[in-house]
Amino acid sequence: MSGFLEIKDSCTGCGICVKTCPVQALSINDNKRAVVSDACTLCSICVDSCPFQSLAVHHSFGGNEEQLAKYSGILVLCEMRNGSPDRSTYELLGEARKLSAGEKEVSALLIAADPSDAPEKLIHAGADRVIVAEHSSFEHFSTEPWSSVLTHVITEYMPEIVLAAATTTGRDVMPRVSKILDTGLTADCTDLKIDADSGMLMQTRPAFGGNIMATIVCDRTRPQMSTVRPGVMKPMEIDTSRTGEVINLQVTDEMTKNRSKVLEFVPSAGDEVDITEAEIVISGGRGMKNPENFSILHDLAHLLGGTVGASRAAVDNGWIEYPRQVGQTGKTVQPKTYLAVGISGAVQHRVGMQSSDTIYAVNKDRDANIFQFCTEGFVGDLFEIIPALVKEIEKRRG
Amino acid sequence: MKFVVAVKQVPDTAEVRIDPERGTLIRDGVPSIMNPFDTYALEEAMKWRDELGGVVTVITMGPPQAESVLKEAISMGADDAILISDRAFAGADTWATSHTLAAAVAELGDVDAVFFGKQAIDGDTAQTGPSVAASLDWPQITFVGKVRELNKDSIIAERYVETGMQVVQTELPVVLTILKDANVPRVPSLRGKMKSRKVQIPVWKLSDLGLTEAETGLNGSPTKVVVTATPEARTGGQIHEGSTEELVSRLADLLLGEGGEA
Amino acid sequence: MNYMLNEDLQAIKEICIEIGEKHILPIRAELDEENKFPREIMNIMAQSDLFTIYIPEEYGGTGMGSMALAVATEELSRYCGGVAVSYAANALGAMPILLMGSEEQKKKYLPQLASGEKLCAFALTEPEAGSDAGGVKTRAIKDGDHYILNGTKQWITNGGEAQIYTVIALTDPERGARGASAFIVEEGTPGFNYGKKENKMGIRASATRELIFEDCRIPAENLISREGFGFMVAMKTLDNSRPGVAAQAVGIAQGALDEALKYSNERKQFGVKINSFQGLQFMLADMGTQIEAARALTYTAAGLIDSGAKNFNKVSAMAKVFASDVAMKVTTDAVQILGGYGYMKEYPVEKMMRDAKITQIYEGTNQIQRSVIAKAMIKEAHRK
Ligand SMILES: Cc1cc2nc3c(=O)[nH]c(=O)nc-3n(C[C@H](O)[C@H](O)[C@H](O)COP(=O)(O)OP(=O)(O)OC[C@H]3O[C@@H](n4cnc5c(N)ncnc54)[C@H](O)[C@@H]3O)c2cc1C
Ligand SMILES: Cc1cc2nc3c(=O)[nH]c(=O)nc-3n(C[C@H](O)[C@H](O)[C@H](O)COP(=O)(O)OP(=O)(O)OC[C@H]3O[C@@H](n4cnc5c(N)ncnc54)[C@H](O)[C@@H]3O)c2cc1C
Ligand SMILES: Cc1cc2nc3c(=O)[nH]c(=O)nc-3n(C[C@H](O)[C@H](O)[C@H](O)COP(=O)(O)OP(=O)(O)OC[C@H]3O[C@@H](n4cnc5c(N)ncnc54)[C@H](O)[C@@H]3O)c2cc1C
Ligand code: SF4
Ligand code: SF4
Repeated sequence: MSGFLEIKDSCTGCGICVKTCPVQALSINDNKRAVVSDACTLCSICVDSCPFQSLAVHHSFGGNEEQLAKYSGILVLCEMRNGSPDRSTYELLGEARKLSAGEKEVSALLIAADPSDAPEKLIHAGADRVIVAEHSSFEHFSTEPWSSVLTHVITEYMPEIVLAAATTTGRDVMPRVSKILDTGLTADCTDLKIDADSGMLMQTRPAFGGNIMATIVCDRTRPQMSTVRPGVMKPMEIDTSRTGEVINLQVTDEMTKNRSKVLEFVPSAGDEVDITEAEIVISGGRGMKNPENFSILHDLAHLLGGTVGASRAAVDNGWIEYPRQVGQTGKTVQPKTYLAVGISGAVQHRVGMQSSDTIYAVNKDRDANIFQFCTEGFVGDLFEIIPALVKEIEKRRG
Repeated sequence: MKFVVAVKQVPDTAEVRIDPERGTLIRDGVPSIMNPFDTYALEEAMKWRDELGGVVTVITMGPPQAESVLKEAISMGADDAILISDRAFAGADTWATSHTLAAAVAELGDVDAVFFGKQAIDGDTAQTGPSVAASLDWPQITFVGKVRELNKDSIIAERYVETGMQVVQTELPVVLTILKDANVPRVPSLRGKMKSRKVQIPVWKLSDLGLTEAETGLNGSPTKVVVTATPEARTGGQIHEGSTEELVSRLADLLLGEGGEA
Repeated sequence: MNYMLNEDLQAIKEICIEIGEKHILPIRAELDEENKFPREIMNIMAQSDLFTIYIPEEYGGTGMGSMALAVATEELSRYCGGVAVSYAANALGAMPILLMGSEEQKKKYLPQLASGEKLCAFALTEPEAGSDAGGVKTRAIKDGDHYILNGTKQWITNGGEAQIYTVIALTDPERGARGASAFIVEEGTPGFNYGKKENKMGIRASATRELIFEDCRIPAENLISREGFGFMVAMKTLDNSRPGVAAQAVGIAQGALDEALKYSNERKQFGVKINSFQGLQFMLADMGTQIEAARALTYTAAGLIDSGAKNFNKVSAMAKVFASDVAMKVTTDAVQILGGYGYMKEYPVEKMMRDAKITQIYEGTNQIQRSVIAKAMIKEAHRK
């Protein structure tokens, strides 16, 4: 085992920790002391539960140092949408630049049928080097060629970190490649940091349906691979003066080999909404005053990749369609983020959204009920706050 | 046809509570359930078995108690089940989990398709399916919203992606991860429940799969969880009053995921 | 309360809960609003073997008996009284065949009912013959190896939805009730048609319809038992199925109590949760107590039937009367606890109140049941 759970002498045998362990590794022995079995996964969940600070997890990091040291730099797997790099790709490049702290080289891998001016855009957005795999068969994403190309590039360039967006593409190809390369992959990260001492990538992600945040390391193997939740990281300001290297990869038959075929791609109609599926829901209530004002919520939702919901008051007034109603007689939603705008927080509304991971509320009434159960509340006039917020987000995104 | 469905026993996250004083996860008394996404995988496999003939075998890797999800699968209509359980498997990340599951699929032999749920509601990674496909060197179709055609040699499925839908055709054997759009899982039957009470579920251990301790469980896992923290509990939240600029700045931080401590 | 349900009963309960949560709850308001028969849900019940429980194993069932049927009906009724009666009416319809049918009739019909491939209904009531079931006018005249049916049955649950009907008709009108006989009539028999579907106050998901017989020829082998035994078949059938109505009532009441408990813990007035008011707590306490008492009586009646007892019509009637009165009271109180919200269609309790009412009326009104109980008691007292 790499590491161990220390149970200090200060343990009183109170038993509080026992209940917290997800794998039932803790028990109290006859000497009234906590003992840990080898089922322990060193997850650290129990550590904070001990009122006497008797628990500590010690990890022993590292594999073959020499081997690990051969890897350097950061590789970003790019995604194209409508002929240009996807927004999530810009976010990954921004994050990669941040992690590189001016030291690590940032490479971007672009797999496309027609890269056009994307390599240049990627350099302006933070890449030092763009590796282009161009082939007529690369029009639509397909697992096997993407996996072959990525595996090849990692083996050849030996990056220490590989980032992809936690999209249906990243979540399809990254686990395949990490298994082929026998290395670790952390899913859906919302925070990445380099540990100052060990130089390792500390990858933080929500799990247990958002009930817990776990920080994960990949200490014995390289590269350290992560998929990153779209919409979370910050792209850097586009810098058209940046220069970099563009490498055209020799696409081999091995790389285009594919047992699958994309017969057809059907773009989604766009407008159909299912508010229960959205990760961000921005809901408006009676405070919105009229249907026209809902357009600012749509703008905001669009910017954040979310969708618009509503209270019954707004729906009953005919300001917005019923399928968007949240609550007792509408839909129950549990997005990662719920923003209630001009909604008082009546119990019938609350039951439809209270299991959202985070709830933010904008309301001009300090005593509005919604402020009693939101994660963070904002007291003010929505007609000032929301338009300013849209501007602010546009500004930050450049 | 020979179909395998991989199911995971998970804590019902809807019931997971945070201890408000200590900020730790309370799992005491939280019921263990079949990963809800796996019920769609199971239904899809059974649907095609009912149409084409054959058997559906459910497998799970987990502690002895995980047998209960296998019994649940049998009560819903699965033909048989295998529990993959050994102390050596404990603490596995998705690499080690998929390595072990792939060995089990290989051991079963002549499998036409392995069905996975979209993701597990506890670990939430959605990585196990594609990694099993990699281990077996089989093609994979992930995020399947609908299986259009399936026969002895090939499959056509709709894969739901951010911008629309891909219709993908590939060869068998194949690994699939199924979305809840695919079907409505059936309710267990009374006879199924009676059968599941009596059935003896075989347990496969490390040695049965020809694996070593180095490639399974905690030892075989390249990733490890070093810290866990709980996001602040939901009580009367922090209320900001102030200038529009201040409010907007904080709200933008939060919405863009840049929010640290206020 | 833990009634120590055995594993089979526990399994039935779990299945009904799953069907209730996943398939009934999301659409019960729509079924109610639109007077819509839950065909899909019947298919799901069939696939989960729920129609097997009252049919013996040798005829394709699982042979679990009255208690099992009561548990299933109760659990389904917690979600929707209308769906539950659509289910339970199958057992009622099958009862004449189960109790008095010939081996051939059992072999022919019971497997189709056990698999849910066909639904079933029981037809006794007529426009002029309600409580006074002896007053039926539908005739069955023997004609060679056929009977010819003429007459109209009214308010038949599952009418128009079932494929197999057990029908009470007079073979010897002179002899009144003693001249009644029971028959099996299949859908599609020439001369057998459906009249209008009723627009009801409650249990609106269930179909209640007229059956119209006009020179409807059925094979003589469809006679159940013997000529003249029809009234006895009907009475035995109802005695056996009454615990089912009681279970339906218990389930509806439990559903309403659950809603009241949930709501009263969320709603705040005067700055506190309304369940902290003693006036309301006393209501909740009475509701819970009455339901437990009704459940105990219902299970006792069902258990008595399963034990093979001959004399259970008194207990069976007691369970039906008590449980249905409890259901009416508890659902009314639940509406009261929800206040104005309870009166609105957005909340389920007003529907439960409407659904509860029928349990006091059908399968023998509570007045008739009280006479039955009293007569049985008086008879017992004077037998010594
Ligand atoms: C049977 C039943 C079922 C119901 N089901 C649902 C349901 O499914 N979903 C649902 O949502 N409701 C439901 N309701 C209605 C519910 O009780 C509330 O009436 C409703 O949620 C109120 O909507 P609201 O918060 O938008 O409006 P209000 O309660 O009127 O609140 C408007 C809020 O906007 C704020 N505001 C106004 N102007 C501004 C401004 N310029 N800037 C900032 N804030 C402003 C006000 O301070 C106020 O807090 C149901 C009611 C019943 C009776
Ligand atoms: C807080 C936390 C964070 C974690 N983060 C990571 C991480 O970032 N990277 C990582 O590699 N591991 C991680 N793990 C470990 C991971 O949860 C386990 O490896 C787990 O065994 C499989 O991953 P999953 O739960 O994400 O399942 P997923 O990959 O999401 O599951 C997909 C499907 O695979 C099948 N499946 C999954 N597990 C089993 C099983 N045991 N038996 C049979 N079928 C199964 C089911 O069909 C399921 O629907 C984490 C664990 C915890 C507790
Ligand atoms: C929704 C619904 C579904 C039904 N399903 C079926 C079915 O599937 N099959 C079937 O055969 N029938 C069915 N019925 C008929 C049902 O069983 C009768 O309605 C019931 O037996 C009462 O008869 P009645 O309505 O004609 O009332 P009546 O007999 O006219 O009674 C009217 C009132 O007089 C009282 N009363 C009558 N006689 C006496 C007495 N002797 N002493 C004291 N009070 C008395 C009654 O209690 C009642 O209060 C159904 C009815 C309804 C409403
Ligand atoms: S909580 Fe701390 S003191 Fe109590 S038993 Fe556990 S380790 Fe010992
Ligand atoms: S570190 Fe995690 S697995 Fe180990 S004893 Fe503590 S809670 Fe259990």
